Amino acid sequence: MAKVVENAVCTFCGCLCDDITVEVEGNAVSQVRRTCANGRGVFMHYDPAPRQPTVRGEEVTWGEAVEEAATILSEAHSPLIYGLSSTASEAQRKCVALADYLGAVIDTTSSVCHGPTGLAMQAVGEPTCTLGEVRNRADLLVFWGCNPAAAHMRHFNRYSVTARGRLTPNGKRDRTTVVVDVRPTASTRIADQFLQVELGSDFEVLTTLLAFVQGKGDRLTAEEVGGVPMAELEALAEHMMSCRFGVAFMGMGLTHTPGQDLTVSELFKLVAALNDHTRFSVIPMRGHGNVAGADQVMSWQCGYPFAVNFARGYPVYGPGEFTAVDVLARQEADAALILASDPVAHFPRRAADELGKIPVVVLDPMPSLTTEIASVVFPTACYGVEAKGTAYRMDGVPIQLRAVLPTTRPTDEEILDQITEAVR
Amino acid sequence: MDATFKLVTGRTRSQADGLHKGKGTEAYRQATERVEMNQGDMGALGLNEGSTVHLRTDAGSVDVMVYRGELPSGLLFMPLGPAANRLIGVETDATGTPRYKDLPVIVERSVREGEAASDG
Repeated sequence: MAKVVENAVCTFCGCLCDDITVEVEGNAVSQVRRTCANGRGVFMHYDPAPRQPTVRGEEVTWGEAVEEAATILSEAHSPLIYGLSSTASEAQRKCVALADYLGAVIDTTSSVCHGPTGLAMQAVGEPTCTLGEVRNRADLLVFWGCNPAAAHMRHFNRYSVTARGRLTPNGKRDRTTVVVDVRPTASTRIADQFLQVELGSDFEVLTTLLAFVQGKGDRLTAEEVGGVPMAELEALAEHMMSCRFGVAFMGMGLTHTPGQDLTVSELFKLVAALNDHTRFSVIPMRGHGNVAGADQVMSWQCGYPFAVNFARGYPVYGPGEFTAVDVLARQEADAALILASDPVAHFPRRAADELGKIPVVVLDPMPSLTTEIASVVFPTACYGVEAKGTAYRMDGVPIQLRAVLPTTRPTDEEILDQITEAVR
Repeated sequence: MDATFKLVTGRTRSQADGLHKGKGTEAYRQATERVEMNQGDMGALGLNEGSTVHLRTDAGSVDVMVYRGELPSGLLFMPLGPAANRLIGVETDATGTPRYKDLPVIVERSVREGEAASDG
């Protein structure tokens, strides 16, 4: 008979849906309910079979792998620790401690997704709220440069567009949804208004909206901005100022396009200015399950959310300098520890190739393109499937992950403890 | 034929599905080794669905199959993954984040028709 686990948490994306029902037969997941298509694979494609760590492709004991990893990291002059986004915050904390002890550079996957959002938060501040407030109160939603229908598939249903809340009992009929993007997507099709802007014009469009919100619309003489007629932008600004509670959700359409942090800052300034007229918030659409937790842990442990160098014995912050792609491009790292991420699959080719030239230690429950080039691979337990832990939702709310399967492997936290002990 | 386009990379459902099945699988390869183009642009360049094109940037090049996409003229879309990464440079404009979108790309018909995702 199948064991049923209620209210399991899916760690695929920053929504961290915590209403998943998982059926377990023997040591494997036999059925899941309420996940999206993306989240289903987290449970159904997970292979719980015990696996041994490897050193240069050969199976070894866990102790031998720890010894080899500690040797690699101890002998390195400039080690890089990177990733952290798909593990629990308990392990992220151990990672920062190891970086501190080694004098390493430590960076998270934020640096290739919402790093510019972090810079904008530091420059402008972040007028934000929780997803619960969105569901219960928001009557205007603006999705800017993101496609939740592909990347955060239950966001609309659980938290935003169609979610029914205390002041929004009729769901979609009680709110207006605007999607701003450079191309039609599955998300633009559900929107009440699709504002199609020209590629690279987000900053100008945001500045124009900000001018209207600040009462400077009479100074604007252009007929259109970013391919959008001025009258349409003025109408959107009016709608933003007159709504009961508006929320902007922003994605990598802003952070991956030139202008990056400056464009995100302009959105944050717009949201701040809207609070002179009504209540308005912004929430970044965080991708990996606990990338928001990586920012939290890094910030409380060393004062900065990513791109930190401990070489001087204290944390030095340097986006563009101590971020992983930059460190690798300059060939400064002579060893790396990669935790719960796959930079070989997601970094620009030249940076990924550099990882293939240095000894790399990887902790990852699943094989990846990075485990293929690694010197030492620890196939650790998967948080949220085999292990308990804490993860932070995209709105900064911590969620407790459940173990739905019996644990057959050590956790990231345990292996990091052992490596730290060995390098000491 | 050759023409300059702007490339946008991003997530897709099939890329996520391929990721679960394994990045060494055919499903992941098919999900990520592709580029989408506006139908009118494909016609102007004499390309059909499944034609192999050679994409080139200052950072590198790649051969991938082209498919019709709902895109404005002049825009290309590729799913995130190793094929797109061959076109992305390591410059981060002091933010740490590479330019994964709004990237100028030269499109040429590939001499390796039928092959995809090989280094140019």
